[in-house]
Amino acid sequence: MGRLSIEGVHKHYGKVHALKGVDLDIAEGEFCVFVGPSGCGKSTLLRCIAGLEEIDEGRVRIDGEAVEGLRPRDRNVAMVFQNYALYPYLSVFENIAFGLRARKVPDAEVRARVGRAAAMLGLETFLDRKPRELSGGQRQRVAIGRAVVRDARLFLFDEPLSNLDAQLRDGMRAEIKRLHQEIGKTTVYVTHDQIEAMTLADRIVLLRDGRIEQQGAPLDLFERPETRFVAGFLGSPQMNFIPCRAEGGALRFSCGRSLPLSRPAPEGRDLLFGVRPEHFSRPGEGDPRPRLDVEIDLVQPTGARTYAQFRLGGVEATAELPAHAVERPGARIALAADMARAHLFDAATGRAIRD
Amino acid sequence: MMRPDRGTGLALRYVAAVAVTLLFLFPVYWLFMISFKTPEEIFASPPVWWPKSLQLANYAVLFKDGDVVTIWNSVVIASVSTAAAMIIGTMCAYSIARFRTGGNFFTDWLLSNRMVPPIVIVFPVFLLYVKVGLVDSYLGLILLYTAFNLPYVVWMMRGYIQDIPLELEESALVDGCTRWQVFLRVVLPMARSGFFATAVFTFVFAWNEFIFALVLTRAEVTTFPVQVTHYFGGQSNFWAKIAAMSALGTIPIFIAVTLLQRYLVRGISLGAVKG
Ligand SMILES: Nc1ncnc2c1ncn2[C@@H]1O[C@H](COP(=O)(O)OP(=O)(O)OP(=O)(O)O)[C@@H](O)[C@H]1O
Ligand SMILES: [Mg+2]
Repeated sequence: MGRLSIEGVHKHYGKVHALKGVDLDIAEGEFCVFVGPSGCGKSTLLRCIAGLEEIDEGRVRIDGEAVEGLRPRDRNVAMVFQNYALYPYLSVFENIAFGLRARKVPDAEVRARVGRAAAMLGLETFLDRKPRELSGGQRQRVAIGRAVVRDARLFLFDEPLSNLDAQLRDGMRAEIKRLHQEIGKTTVYVTHDQIEAMTLADRIVLLRDGRIEQQGAPLDLFERPETRFVAGFLGSPQMNFIPCRAEGGALRFSCGRSLPLSRPAPEGRDLLFGVRPEHFSRPGEGDPRPRLDVEIDLVQPTGARTYAQFRLGGVEATAELPAHAVERPGARIALAADMARAHLFDAATGRAIRD
Repeated sequence: MMRPDRGTGLALRYVAAVAVTLLFLFPVYWLFMISFKTPEEIFASPPVWWPKSLQLANYAVLFKDGDVVTIWNSVVIASVSTAAAMIIGTMCAYSIARFRTGGNFFTDWLLSNRMVPPIVIVFPVFLLYVKVGLVDSYLGLILLYTAFNLPYVVWMMRGYIQDIPLELEESALVDGCTRWQVFLRVVLPMARSGFFATAVFTFVFAWNEFIFALVLTRAEVTTFPVQVTHYFGGQSNFWAKIAAMSALGTIPIFIAVTLLQRYLVRGISLGAVKG
């Protein structure tokens, strides 16, 4: 139970074309995360699944049943909202029981189910309190409890952690993952936090401007981005994109420096050399890898690692180095790039160039 | 607030608050005192601040003559019309707030109904009521007051409903509520303060309404404000009756406001912030 399939879904808000033909299949029990920049349509897609928005075109199927025409209550999905959506005039118990009461579940069963959900989320001692007497994390737990208590086919989350402070967020993220492992319900989770996306997802769906840019396992997207957009969206600090051209088996940058290519690339076109900051390193003595001599112009220590910036090919690039690798700006050092893990993109289309 | 003279500032504020309260309470006090006075005490000079005995003769007369039935008439008309206006108006407001029923123009038009001076339509309504036989009936005044209060209720409740976070309603929808359940289980509890504040104002309007009650009633359903005016220019002791009747007439309002005080303060200040 909990298979979700979306075909050619379009959604307009007046003149705004929010979803431009989305196709997606989510398997039973899968944890699927929608990520993407603000306004790309993540919430809209989620709300179309929940039935809070009507779609203009396409199909939404849950367990094979077309649900486009069904009211939210008839779709049997559960949703957790960004601002918790708790009822201030009801106790925690009644908040969790809300969906059961709406469906007129017998009182004894309500008690049993709320008790189980509360135990799972560590809320037993708060059941008589009002939401305003809870901390942000506890409130979010109650909101999750409301979803868990129901026997819904899908769990939908819309940025459930974005109102929590960083520390709490890490804890809750782990808790959500643990919960999913315990219950095994198909989950669709919206976030614009890439750490959340990477850590939680079985599959990431990266949306851009109303379309799916790429989808796949987190490391798949991270290691094999199909477009410059995907490469730039995942990873922090961002991947470096350095304009270049391929000539005679090497990449030539506008500053005159060059790097030998490990695989063939189309010549005579503007390319972007994509390399993650952590794939730069300082070559040791006798390191066979090709070197780039650069002048560091900004040093940002973060504790374990240090980010060093330098100019390459007319743009500012970042390398992530060990803590004491560079002490001051102005240092001239040699860097080696891990060419096997670097990417090439067509500068005009943004598409990755694979052999 | 400035720290150094916090104590003095606070004291001054209390003095001002007490003074203003006394100023407003004095007429009420005076009204109740007159209702307990004998005719001699009423006209005594210098005035009698506290009557010798709190004699109830002025009230007894009202009960003996059956005048108090007009209070009952007012209670029936004001309560039923308030209930009707609140129920219809709140549903209407929900529809406008969430589904933009009628577009922008409809809401403005509704409010503009409130701007018509009642006197302009008294006689047309009277002629109409004569035709349909609604003169001097409960139903006639109830219909009229409901119609009069509806725009106000819709306008106020729309504001309160718009303040309810949409997520609360959407969450209820996903959790299995119908629209109707959302209205009863989320919207009404969330708008409770505003609802009661609006209801009190609606009730007070119906309670105090005079012109329509005067023109549209005869002997059957005379309301309390109309009855009070009957005493003017009557017997020599009419002041006593006016005071006693008015005192009785303030009691229902007093009860309503006391019971709902908790909601009233919040409801009114909510509205104030919303503008
Ligand atoms: N109710 C609405 N009316 C009009 N336009 C809307 C409405 N809701 C969303 N949009 C538009 O649709 C597009 C997608 O919005 P959506 O809320 O799905 O973005 P999102 O990816 O969830 O962004 P965020 O990360 O900021 O939450 C945006 O351009 C937005 O302006
Ligand atoms: Mg969103």
